[in-house]
Amino acid sequence: MKKLLITLFALLPSLVFAAGPSIPLDKANYDLTNKASLQNGAKLFINYCLGCHTMGYQRYERVANDLDIPNDLMLDNLVFTDQKIGDLMTNSMHKKEAAKWFGAAPPDLTLVARVRGADWLYTYLRSFYADPSRPFGVNNTVFPDVGMPHVLEELQGVPNAVFETEMVDGVEHKTLVSIEADGSGELSKDEYNQAVLDMVNFLVYSGEPMRVERERLGMFVLGFIFIFFIIAYLLKKEFWRDVHH
Amino acid sequence: MIKGLVTGVIDWVDARIPMTDTWNKHLAQYPTPINFNFWYFFGSLAMLVLVNQILTGIWLTMNYNPSAEGAFASIEYIMRDVEYGWLLRYMHSTGASFFFIVVYLHMFRGLIYGSYQKPRELIWVFGMLIFLVLMAEAFMGYLLPWGQMSFWGAQVIISLFGAIPIIGDDLTQWIRGDFVISGATLTRFFALHVVALPLVLVVLVFLHIVALHEVGSNNPEGIEIKKKKGSVPESELSPFKYHKQFSDKKDIVDAAPFFPYFVVKDVVGVAVFLFLFAAVIFYWPEGGGYFLEPPNFEPANGLKTPEHIAPVWYYTPFYAILRAIPDKLIGVIVFGSSVLILCFLPWFDRCKVRSIRYRSTLHKLNITQFIICFIVLGILGALPATPLYTVISQICSFGYFAFFALLFIYSKNEKCKPVPERITK
Amino acid sequence: MSNAPVNTGRRMFLTATTAVVGAVGAAGVAVPFIKSWNPSAKAKAAGAPVEVDVSKIEPGQLIRVEWQGKPVWVVSRTDAAMKDLAAHDDKLRDPNSEEPQQPDYAANPARSIRPEIFVAVGICTHLGCSPTYLPDGFGELVEGVKSGFFCPCHGSKFDMAGRVFQNVPAPLNLVIPPYHFKDDNTVLVGVSEGDA
Repeated sequence: MKKLLITLFALLPSLVFAAGPSIPLDKANYDLTNKASLQNGAKLFINYCLGCHTMGYQRYERVANDLDIPNDLMLDNLVFTDQKIGDLMTNSMHKKEAAKWFGAAPPDLTLVARVRGADWLYTYLRSFYADPSRPFGVNNTVFPDVGMPHVLEELQGVPNAVFETEMVDGVEHKTLVSIEADGSGELSKDEYNQAVLDMVNFLVYSGEPMRVERERLGMFVLGFIFIFFIIAYLLKKEFWRDVHH
Repeated sequence: MIKGLVTGVIDWVDARIPMTDTWNKHLAQYPTPINFNFWYFFGSLAMLVLVNQILTGIWLTMNYNPSAEGAFASIEYIMRDVEYGWLLRYMHSTGASFFFIVVYLHMFRGLIYGSYQKPRELIWVFGMLIFLVLMAEAFMGYLLPWGQMSFWGAQVIISLFGAIPIIGDDLTQWIRGDFVISGATLTRFFALHVVALPLVLVVLVFLHIVALHEVGSNNPEGIEIKKKKGSVPESELSPFKYHKQFSDKKDIVDAAPFFPYFVVKDVVGVAVFLFLFAAVIFYWPEGGGYFLEPPNFEPANGLKTPEHIAPVWYYTPFYAILRAIPDKLIGVIVFGSSVLILCFLPWFDRCKVRSIRYRSTLHKLNITQFIICFIVLGILGALPATPLYTVISQICSFGYFAFFALLFIYSKNEKCKPVPERITK
Repeated sequence: MSNAPVNTGRRMFLTATTAVVGAVGAAGVAVPFIKSWNPSAKAKAAGAPVEVDVSKIEPGQLIRVEWQGKPVWVVSRTDAAMKDLAAHDDKLRDPNSEEPQQPDYAANPARSIRPEIFVAVGICTHLGCSPTYLPDGFGELVEGVKSGFFCPCHGSKFDMAGRVFQNVPAPLNLVIPPYHFKDDNTVLVGVSEGDA
């Protein structure tokens, strides 16, 4: 019976992954201890995303403190509106107006990494491709018919989709095989990937800003419980000498 | 002098309420079978998690905002702006899952060692009531973060009541207090989750323990440690002092007082448990998407259903049974029966032998298939329904109910191994 | 029972150790519960330093700003009021600001950084009411002192430097909050110079 249980438990993850997403996602090797990456991610996020998306549960001050950005620097360079350092990272876009422009109001992004996962974000931001049939001239392989323009185009350049054409039963089938930027962007392909990774790193951070602290504190707690376990075990053995003949 | 003072205070209190007597009767001179094994840790652990839930729950209430407009934001406020709020929240959310892990293992213990059998039927029934209230408590608590899963999970479960003929639609509307899940639903669930159900839970736990201490614990051998008065020679009696309520009426063998022996033993179990609990809180709080589900990090939106709605893992076995039935009303009836039938386990089992150790191979196989069905249902209930999975769910649902039917049939004249007189012999 | 004699010393030692380590653990668990009662980041953000433009305050005028939810007064004192300050030391409880009711840089006769600009927390040191500013009629309460602050709750009286008079219930001078001049016209209430 025990063996059966073990087999079942071993099966559990594979069953779960079977239900996962159909588009393969690229792995985002983010690093929450890399402050330079987080700072760059914050800068990019605030410059390119915060105009439309909010980060409405996070405060500028928290970002500044956690990312080692001095408050003055933060206020001068990264807080564009007349907001204060202790304010939540919101913007002045009206939700209703925005819904008219984009079809749906741009969602708040504080927790987006916890909803979608880092890999999804990393892949998504690198999967826009030029598609003149769409209102903003771009589509996305991860998020088909996305309602958002490709705001990072000035960094990436125009991303052109490369199709492979196959004839199946006399019907032409186009499959998207890769996306190549046309070189008009400010960044090279590697630099763009790194920039996106920095931004994803920042979004993972903002989804759970206490994560580094949580994992640090966890070591002490587990260590303490382990010591307590040893003492408690010795105590139990000592008392149970009365019971066991 | 200090000692004299302490004795004085104790005497003073004892003259007014039976403090020392209660301590002795339930702890220091309470006879407990010495052969308790691994499975016997989960009762005290359930108590520990209950205390954890109550304390962290009270503290979360201090900063939570039970309104449709403010609930989601207030959770993030707790996670970010309140000092150590994240820890209190993770202790509570992880505690919910651990509560069910512990309770399921506790129930499994009762199942294999026949702890529900005469004279312990009421302990089992109170335990099942605790389980039912716990399910309601967890369900209502899950609405409170007001995320997408909170909202749509509640939507699905409340809709179950709509299957009841005639009154169904009015009933769901009454439960919701609105035409959809709304702030009105949230506030009433909040009141029930933080005040009403915890009170019921505490009362039931009290009754569960009163019932247990009246008849005493079962043990892995399924043999009574209280023998007929005068039937055991002096040298064979348990060498410890027991409360006269026990020792006057019965000869006590193979036992030790709960305090200190089982207290120090449970403390070891508590340490191991806390290690695992803390490991999850600090390194795996989302539990792979099962303890905290990713769609629940998005605020509730009544116009957009998440791609795949699954209840939290601890409901999935029963949810899979619900989905396996291709008719709404019958599905709900079967679903309800699958929970309720457990309450009547003491009357399905007509065997006089308790422990699985001395019962027939048929019984062992029956329990095994029951557990396998239960786990498979639990896994399937968390996955999107496909035709294949539905068939497997139907087979396992059948296995689940067949356990009780078979048990009732074979237990009357079951061929069991001979049961020893004593635990230690 | 075991025939081996019980080692009481070892038993006592282990019991004590477990109890002590357990108590330390319980104290550790209490920490998040206790700390969660501190002002949250939201409260701290709401209580952040406040900027006040002092160039627009007329001589003799008082303006109120909110800092950490408390009323803070910024008063432009007239020359006459300044002269008055030195004249009634004998009627005060703590004329030289010896009690620690102000930052060091305000422990001077005018209890301020710049003599003409007076900044104080407008809460009576008796039981927390907010006193009324009497720019003229204060002489009826204390002879020879033209202006001051009068607490309507229990009748405490303070002069134009927030110093408490004798024979009133309030025990101490009004609190001077930390503040500094960001530039000639701007006071930042809530933080001392260099403490940003």
